Amino acid sequence: MLIRVTPERLNPEEAIAAVRRDDAGAVDVFLGVVRNTNKGRSVDHLVYDAYPSMAEKTMRELAEQAVERFDLTDSAVLHRTGRLEIGETSLLVAVSAGHRAATFEAGHWLVNEVKRRVPVWKKEVWSDGEEWIEGPESLGMERAPATMRGS
Amino acid sequence: MAITVLFFASLADAVGTRELSLAHVAGDTVASVRDRLVAAHPQISEFTETLLYAVDEEYAEEDAPVPAGATLALIPPVSGG
Repeated sequence: MLIRVTPERLNPEEAIAAVRRDDAGAVDVFLGVVRNTNKGRSVDHLVYDAYPSMAEKTMRELAEQAVERFDLTDSAVLHRTGRLEIGETSLLVAVSAGHRAATFEAGHWLVNEVKRRVPVWKKEVWSDGEEWIEGPESLGMERAPATMRGS
Repeated sequence: MAITVLFFASLADAVGTRELSLAHVAGDTVASVRDRLVAAHPQISEFTETLLYAVDEEYAEEDAPVPAGATLALIPPVSGG
């Protein structure tokens, strides 16, 4: 099980190699990639902050849950921190299983849970300012009063 | 023994630090420590409606105990991915 929070570039080949097994007929890989626009604004780059020790612990718990829940052979979750340019990979999730259906479902579930629970934050930097993003899918926003959601 | 308090992202910017040490009081809970932090740093009150807490790297409810020597993290809505 490959779990890592790191300022270094994420390499999909490493995650694929980590989860691939001779008895696994499917590997599903998800890349979260920095895009150049959000809510109609042009994004110059992102800066990610993290609570690295808790983030890795939470990622490991989720990866273990995914293996259990979807009968995977293995899973990997990696998140990058620091400054990321447009097109760079911020999140890398790879899962393997006997057959493809489990990997698609598990990958989807894992990415959603990472966005919900893992203590990592992104700051958008524009040409004329910057803002920390509060994840609309986060556990914190789920619990917030209804008037604060969807803002 | 003291309590270590961690701040991240927007909250670290607002408080002006990522970490501070606080004296432990017998019977401390997440809520009691949070209330002392808000008293010392009123700007934290703007975050409390969406704030989550972790004691020693586990999400914790407001009534969870914070023992001496523990690390309490104040966690604004996460936005990884």
